[in-house]
Amino acid sequence: METKKGRFGIHGGQYIPETLMNAVIELEEAYNKWKDDPEFKWELSVLFNEYAGRPSRLYYAEKMTRDLGGAKIYLKREDLNHTGAHKINNVLGQALLAKKMGKTRLIAETGAGQHGVATATAAALMGMECVVFMGEEDTKRQALNVYRMRLLGAEVIPVTSGTATLKDAVSETMREWTRRISDTHYCLGSVMGPHPFPTIVRDFQAVISAEIKEQILEKEGRLPDAVLACVGGGSNAIGSFYHFIEDRDVRLIGCEAAGRGVDTYETAATIATGREGIFHGMKSYFCQDEYGQIAPVYSISAGLDYPGIGPEHAWLHDTGRAEYVPVTDEEAVQAFEYLAKTEGIIPAIESAHAVSYAMKLAREMDRDRVIVITISGRGDKDCAAIARYRGEDIHE
Amino acid sequence: MSKIREAFANGKAFIPFITCGDPDLAMTKACVLKMAEAGADLIELGIPFSDPVAEGPVIQDANERALRGGVTTDRIFDLVRELRTEISIPLVFMTYANVVFSYGTERFMNTCKEVGIDGVILPDLPYEEKEEFQQPARAAGVDLISLIAPTSEHRIAMIAKEAEGFLYIVSSLGVTGTRSEITTDLSSIVAVVRANTDIPCAVGFGISTPEQAAKMAAVSDGAIVGSAIIRLIEENGSYAPERLYKYVKTMKEAVAACN
Repeated sequence: METKKGRFGIHGGQYIPETLMNAVIELEEAYNKWKDDPEFKWELSVLFNEYAGRPSRLYYAEKMTRDLGGAKIYLKREDLNHTGAHKINNVLGQALLAKKMGKTRLIAETGAGQHGVATATAAALMGMECVVFMGEEDTKRQALNVYRMRLLGAEVIPVTSGTATLKDAVSETMREWTRRISDTHYCLGSVMGPHPFPTIVRDFQAVISAEIKEQILEKEGRLPDAVLACVGGGSNAIGSFYHFIEDRDVRLIGCEAAGRGVDTYETAATIATGREGIFHGMKSYFCQDEYGQIAPVYSISAGLDYPGIGPEHAWLHDTGRAEYVPVTDEEAVQAFEYLAKTEGIIPAIESAHAVSYAMKLAREMDRDRVIVITISGRGDKDCAAIARYRGEDIHE
Repeated sequence: MSKIREAFANGKAFIPFITCGDPDLAMTKACVLKMAEAGADLIELGIPFSDPVAEGPVIQDANERALRGGVTTDRIFDLVRELRTEISIPLVFMTYANVVFSYGTERFMNTCKEVGIDGVILPDLPYEEKEEFQQPARAAGVDLISLIAPTSEHRIAMIAKEAEGFLYIVSSLGVTGTRSEITTDLSSIVAVVRANTDIPCAVGFGISTPEQAAKMAAVSDGAIVGSAIIRLIEENGSYAPERLYKYVKTMKEAVAACN
């Protein structure tokens, strides 16, 4: 929750070139005008329910619960949404808003390609032009998603600057926005960037926790003891946490990508290894060197491979309201395989980070306890990479 | 009065930008000295940043080369100490908010003062966020230079009223880099600036030729050139300082002729 305009404690703000200031002000005004408008809300709920397939299921993972022998485990199935991840929630909201603002063109960054595919999907649906910026490294690793975006009518531009990954794709999309503003909306993919993006994206993702609350009350007649989600920028996590922030007895746990470990340079665990900084439009925690140069980060999961974290998470960390824990590649891969074998559900490798920590936590909890894990996306996209990690060479 | 004013005392100003440490600090030093000798009125020293969102490909690459070469904020402060034994024209830093914030904003501004830096330009620090940086800058006697963009519209007056040093007017949409044509109606932007402040204003982004510089200086108080200089350094190897001397001399003559 904002502490003052665009701020979450000391985090957030609008650290962007002057060229973009009127664009974000215009966006904020439009959002404030439309967010409570009955027609806008109705149109968005139709898109959510009829197109994206909401509400997503809250599934009781009985076999997993029995196997671990502790807390009752529920899975919030964002992987069952259209396009296979929670990303569509935010994208449908922003595309609808952009349309109301008279914009005809969407630009977006993407890491693994999930947000790019979701944006290309919304653009196709709403008849808008779409350009997606993707690190050149990622276009090679996720060739299938590049094809998917092109199939949906989007132009995919490989980004060669810097480390040619997600952070560079964000920088390049910002640069593109300064080139062409009047007809273009930057459809940012996570709860990051300059105000009002962290608030807008959070509001569109908050549907996740609104549904969890209703569904768990119906199934269990009580609130969960803990809600877990993976955190890169943090959009599925904030969506999963938001409506529980005031419920102090519900533990909120964000699972960061530790890569090869928080004591190595090959990590993307921002809360564990980063410090306060200013980057990509916001003040928050970032992985950086002593002179403030942003660190090249690493995780097996392209979606969590980002050197920062959204400002609201930084604040939830400062206030102690949410906990952030690092999960390594190896732990995430084990959880990926475990959920597939135990429940017949292949989670995104991002979501597997949350599954991994939940497995440890559930074991330590009594059987009358209840935890919810958000499965933010499905894992089909990761099968080749995980196979490679396990030493098998698979060609898609 | 701010020392930056002096830069605008010899007719229209020519302001070159250079990325410190590209390809190394010895070259930066040689180039800065030659540009000062050739008549540069103020020099912008870029402290490289890993992810410069306001820069086009030419300066992005320069940032990368400099960082790969191991340049740091402290080593650039040392460079300025050395430069100050030889030149007295106003010098300003151009870098990104995180470089300053990470160093400790107060410590950064105090060190600027100590080594002889007159102003700081942070392209990712708009009006709304400047307070946090302006306080320590003011306390140290360093000007925090504001930018105005073609999209600023009703914000121009607000920014101009609180401007320090000089105003950096961004010539066109997009990032830094040379352009064949600049179509923004700069005279109406400058008119609003003039109505709100007597601080000088210079135009930058996209300028590379003497003709363009003269055109920009004709409607303002000076022209800023970055990417074209970086390219000359890249292309001329050890001859770069001499080549820059000629270039800056031509550019200064072109802008000075506008008076």
